[in-house]
Amino acid sequence: MKTDELLKINDLHTGFRIKDTFYDAVDGVSLTLRKNEILAIVGESGCGKSTLATSIIGLYDQNKTRVQGEILFDQKNLAALSEEEMNGIRGLQISMIFQDPLSALNPLMRIGEQIEEGLIYHTDLTSEARQARVLELLKQVGIKNPERVARQFPHQLSGGMRQRVIIAIAISCKPQIIIADEPTTALDVTIQAQILDLLIDLQAETEAGIILITHDLGVVAEVADRVAVMYAGEIIEEAPVNELFTNPKHPYTRSLFNSIPQMNSESERLNVIEGIVPSLMNLPRSGCRFSQRIPWIPKEAHEEHPALHEISPGHFVRCTCWKEFHFKTDKGGGTYELHANK
Amino acid sequence: MSFMQINDLKVHYPIRGGFFNRVIDQVHAVDGITMEFERGKAYGLVGESGCGKSTTGKAIIGLEKISGGSIFYEGENVTNKRRSRKSAFSRDVQMIFQDAHSSLNPRKRVKDIIAEPIRNFLKLSPQEEERKISELLDIVGMPDDAKFKYPHEFSGGQKQRLGIARAIATNPKLIIADEPVSALDLSVQAQVLNFMKDIQNEFGISYLFISHDLGVVKHMCDHISIMYKGRFVESGTKGDIYHNPQHIYTKRLLSAIPEVTPVGREQRKRERIQVEQHYQVEHKNYFDENERVFDLVPVSSTHFVAATSQVKEVM
Repeated sequence: MKTDELLKINDLHTGFRIKDTFYDAVDGVSLTLRKNEILAIVGESGCGKSTLATSIIGLYDQNKTRVQGEILFDQKNLAALSEEEMNGIRGLQISMIFQDPLSALNPLMRIGEQIEEGLIYHTDLTSEARQARVLELLKQVGIKNPERVARQFPHQLSGGMRQRVIIAIAISCKPQIIIADEPTTALDVTIQAQILDLLIDLQAETEAGIILITHDLGVVAEVADRVAVMYAGEIIEEAPVNELFTNPKHPYTRSLFNSIPQMNSESERLNVIEGIVPSLMNLPRSGCRFSQRIPWIPKEAHEEHPALHEISPGHFVRCTCWKEFHFKTDKGGGTYELHANK
Repeated sequence: MSFMQINDLKVHYPIRGGFFNRVIDQVHAVDGITMEFERGKAYGLVGESGCGKSTTGKAIIGLEKISGGSIFYEGENVTNKRRSRKSAFSRDVQMIFQDAHSSLNPRKRVKDIIAEPIRNFLKLSPQEEERKISELLDIVGMPDDAKFKYPHEFSGGQKQRLGIARAIATNPKLIIADEPVSALDLSVQAQVLNFMKDIQNEFGISYLFISHDLGVVKHMCDHISIMYKGRFVESGTKGDIYHNPQHIYTKRLLSAIPEVTPVGREQRKRERIQVEQHYQVEHKNYFDENERVFDLVPVSSTHFVAATSQVKEVM
């Protein structure tokens, strides 16, 4: 691993057992997270993005899940560690921010105690030092009266405040990696903006690497440095954020962009992707996985074993079908191109 | 000319407590809103969670008891009227729900789900009913054999389309769509939105589109109202709201929406923080001491904005 690389995932397969067969929800993902960067993982529901997150942090049911491949962090392979060894890393070096802040908090514990838990487990601070740290953390996440909030219960706080508390818990031990799984999906837009700004500011302070999992391309555009797009368990495109938004290549990425009801365009019709996301058991395990959704593109355009190709520095695209791809014009007015492919 | 008018609509929930569980206070979920609906137009109702936008939709269709104000449909007062099979209002105003899955009866076949409004409001023979159901399934782009399936056999987008098929079965004039695409993925959302636009053009349906997603509302609606704590803070055409927002709350809401381009995001962040600070400072001029929004005053013939305290004193 190079010095600026925090986390390196090599050919990760995470499968779930359904009737004694394992079906891989994450199917051969390789990724690198560098220091001080926000890496966004985007995709629609069922593409495996959350499974990827839980594989990294080891939050899966050992009996029903099979994780193969390497997750290299701090000279260790996280995929091969025991539960006890993972407990020493979770919360201390890698922490997680969950989607629904209410269900991630214990309803019977005061906010202060919940933030303190990680500190008790991972540090040998005295009780007074921990209390001081709790207040400091609450202040850091922008809570105005930390003394009062520390004594309150989760139900007494608003959604935005709860998510701030979750973030305070996540950063309590100054982790090197924070995994944020849809951190703002349950929140209103104004609160979402505040939480995203907070994440950016905290990252600038702590220099942690953040893996941001989301389905919202607007959120990605606002905060990410690098983006990986997932479809059916694979990464199909990866690029720096500016490159991806100005020059998307893979048919799936381009289709997604054209499905967004744009704030600035007056176009009548949105692009629709044909067919549906295949379910885990029906995933095509060979060939280009997106080919079923773009049947008007000839078979020869796809690779037999689609690989990620680096088409410009840092910009990877899977399969070769993007070279031949064009939008199928719809009967009612046709789709419009948001980003002309040059 | 509008076919439906809502005047000063109020929905108050009682808070009970104390001795004998008496009513000790009221929650003003919807607190005096006025709207008009014209044929073939789409109206957007936007606000943060808890602002009363869903309650407004439910009150209009009669799922919520109205505490004050009135609803007139084609000249007839339909406020707090029971939904009945004879009333034109019940037939012509239909609803699409946010969670398509829980709005479809899991024990009924698609056929029976869609037939329900037909059996209630249209007197059709079994053959005609059968034909009508096939026709409806065709409109929403579903195969004919879907009739004999159960809701769980469909994907999220398909279920939402079944919900739409049911809503348009009686050829309604107004469809109240409460967050119809919030639970759907981007590509499926596009499918449903396209489709809702198509049937609007084809049948001249009006929509009351309730959503927290300003991008979707802008795509769908001609006229938009921004709601806060049960009252409108601003109401106007799409252009009025997006290009000439007047109220500080609208500005704050618009500045918070992420744009789908990373270009200029630092600039946007600075602006956002500026608007937020401005909002904190100016807050007292735009809301009264109970956080209530002032009454709307016209800015132009289409654009209405809640007054500020200065304007209030002059008046």
